[in-house]
Amino acid sequence: MALLTRIRTRIPLGPTRICPLRLIQWRPYSNHQSTSAPASSISSLNQTELVKFSAIADSWWDADGPFRPLHIMNPTRLAFIRSTLCRHFGKDPNTARPFEGLKFVDVGCGGGILSEPLARMGATVTGVDAVDKNITIARLHADLDPVTASIEYRCTTAEKLVEERKEFDAVLALEVIEHVANPTEFCKSLSELTVTQGATVISTINRSMRAYAMAIVAAEYLLQWLPKGTHDWSSFLTPEELVLILQRSSVSIQEMAGFVYNPLSGSWSLSDDIGVNFIAYGTKTYG
Amino acid sequence: MNRLVSKNCTWNGYGWKIMRRAFCSDVPLNVSGTSSSGTINDHGAKNEHETAAPQFDIAIIGGGLVGMGLACSLARMPLTKHLSVAIVDSNPALLNTTSIKKDDPPDPRVSTVTPTTISLFKGVGAWKYIEQQRHAYFDKMQVWDYTGLGFTRYNARDVNKEVLGCVVENKILHRSLLSCLQDTDLQKTIFSSRLASMISGPTSASKALGNTSSTEGLRDRGNLTKLELSDGNSLYAKLVVGADGSKSRVRELAGIKTTGWNYSQNAIICTVEHTAENRCAWQRFLPNGPLALLPIGDRYSNIVWTMDPKESLSRKTMNDDEFVRAVNHALDGGYGPRPKPQVSGGGAHTVHPLAGQGVNMGFGDAFALCKVISEGVAVGSDIGEVSLLQKYEADRKTANIAMMAILDGFQKAYSVDFGPLNFIRAAALYGANYIPPLKRNIISYASGEQRLPIFT
Repeated sequence: MALLTRIRTRIPLGPTRICPLRLIQWRPYSNHQSTSAPASSISSLNQTELVKFSAIADSWWDADGPFRPLHIMNPTRLAFIRSTLCRHFGKDPNTARPFEGLKFVDVGCGGGILSEPLARMGATVTGVDAVDKNITIARLHADLDPVTASIEYRCTTAEKLVEERKEFDAVLALEVIEHVANPTEFCKSLSELTVTQGATVISTINRSMRAYAMAIVAAEYLLQWLPKGTHDWSSFLTPEELVLILQRSSVSIQEMAGFVYNPLSGSWSLSDDIGVNFIAYGTKTYG
Repeated sequence: MNRLVSKNCTWNGYGWKIMRRAFCSDVPLNVSGTSSSGTINDHGAKNEHETAAPQFDIAIIGGGLVGMGLACSLARMPLTKHLSVAIVDSNPALLNTTSIKKDDPPDPRVSTVTPTTISLFKGVGAWKYIEQQRHAYFDKMQVWDYTGLGFTRYNARDVNKEVLGCVVENKILHRSLLSCLQDTDLQKTIFSSRLASMISGPTSASKALGNTSSTEGLRDRGNLTKLELSDGNSLYAKLVVGADGSKSRVRELAGIKTTGWNYSQNAIICTVEHTAENRCAWQRFLPNGPLALLPIGDRYSNIVWTMDPKESLSRKTMNDDEFVRAVNHALDGGYGPRPKPQVSGGGAHTVHPLAGQGVNMGFGDAFALCKVISEGVAVGSDIGEVSLLQKYEADRKTANIAMMAILDGFQKAYSVDFGPLNFIRAAALYGANYIPPLKRNIISYASGEQRLPIFT
């Protein structure tokens, strides 16, 4: 941390120059590498992330707090998920609980702001997060409503679920992949969690100059929507890269959409502009 | 044969308008956070083990036109029909299932529903009940002022529409919505009582969560509002909607502030009979307020005559022949055709003015709220969530304030009798009559389309 701060003060905002260092330091969602990398370094990185997330975990459900951007984006993400997954599973979108009988996993569930609506839509939801405190908050909040109290929250990682041989009809990892240490391995885990012919949904931020300006300079520094250092531009994936990575993990992307923020109305909408925030839905091709 | 059918019913027609303001200037009142022991049952009330009070998704306080409109649209929307709804109203009409007889005398309390409201009613399936009852479409509308200079005549054909609106008795509107609701399988419970008190958790559970440094105590924050009724019953609801009129108890209990105008005016309403069938809505702007004549079917028309309270008192005590003469005198003069109603018998009485548009705004609010709830259900939101209601507020506030300001502006413009101003007003009315695009805009705005005249 100290090193990072020093570097940041010396070097003006140049993504390519600060990347290599930040790449190592900012990995909130550390997972798969724990098996392949030396245990000592991994646990310390993990610890940094846990501390960072724990510090703001209380505010997950504060619609005006650090997670405000996620709150206002949430209905738009869910609209995409609803329409694509209803089509995928052949469910009637004109019902209140179209996902009844389907098993979903929300990887990197945080405080449960995605898990709860999915449960209200009828899905049997498992929410996992590597940060213990997130799970505590998620659990407490879900218990407030009997409909969401059925969500199974677990402090674990996608990899551990794979080891447990868990499978789900749909695997969702929204705004998570940009925080993981190894996106390729992460995607592989997501794919392994998905049943054959199941669905995988991933959303993230594009590694574009526009994304740098919006998601980091504007959102973190100018508007201060997000705590500084929330995102690392270099760990963003372009849609092409995501498609490739997923393809290698036998998930074929069916549909992709962008999220566009309208500063006048203060709301997000779906668009075909995938220049900044985007969401992709794919199907698991074989087991 | 000229006969007064009835002119003895007071009605605060202004109520809708105020209610609407309460409705949108602050969120209809919602609250969040469930008690940990609470159980939610999508199919109606279920006892909570502690209090034995039933729990609902939505509690509608006030089963009047707007409250029933909301219940009907909730029942018809595919994504909201599973919600459990409580309607709290002490009006015995809600429990009464007998239909209105065709030969009952017309109720002087009528509403002019716009084509937009008609299509909303058709959408929920309530219009077919109205068509079975007395109702009157009108396809012409004449507006003229007291100086006789300004004159405008609107025709439904100008905007390629069949009708400009329909005048329906309020009891028929209400009955139709009730019949429509009874047709649906919405899980509803009618509480024939009044709201006594309302105990709510923090207005936003999320805010409360954010403010607590520790996670303890979260379980104690209910996301339900407890409603206590005057008959001793109580119930819990995730969302409480105040549709209880201008003196809304919900608004009072919730501490919702309102802003508004005061009108030192009353309106006299009564039913009159014409010598021939009338399909035109007439409105004449007089210095003390407009006089409107609305067709209500057959040869009957409903008069809504706005004036200052002192004048209304003297009109009320007039005998019927004098009253007819006063009405005819008020309609006399100026260009263009004019109605010649003949009335006799009974006594007039007063209501609050500007009743016409209020009910349309109220229905607009009810259907908009239902749409927002439906959109929330679609994305799995908690229906008591504040962000949902903020969306509703943003949707409706602009529309309603614009409409109120226009109605208010009309009244202010006509309350001054001053030569040059008379001329400007007249010119404006002529402009509205002879500039076709402007005319079309005004008609469609008055028909309930949410666009402002001129600016579109």
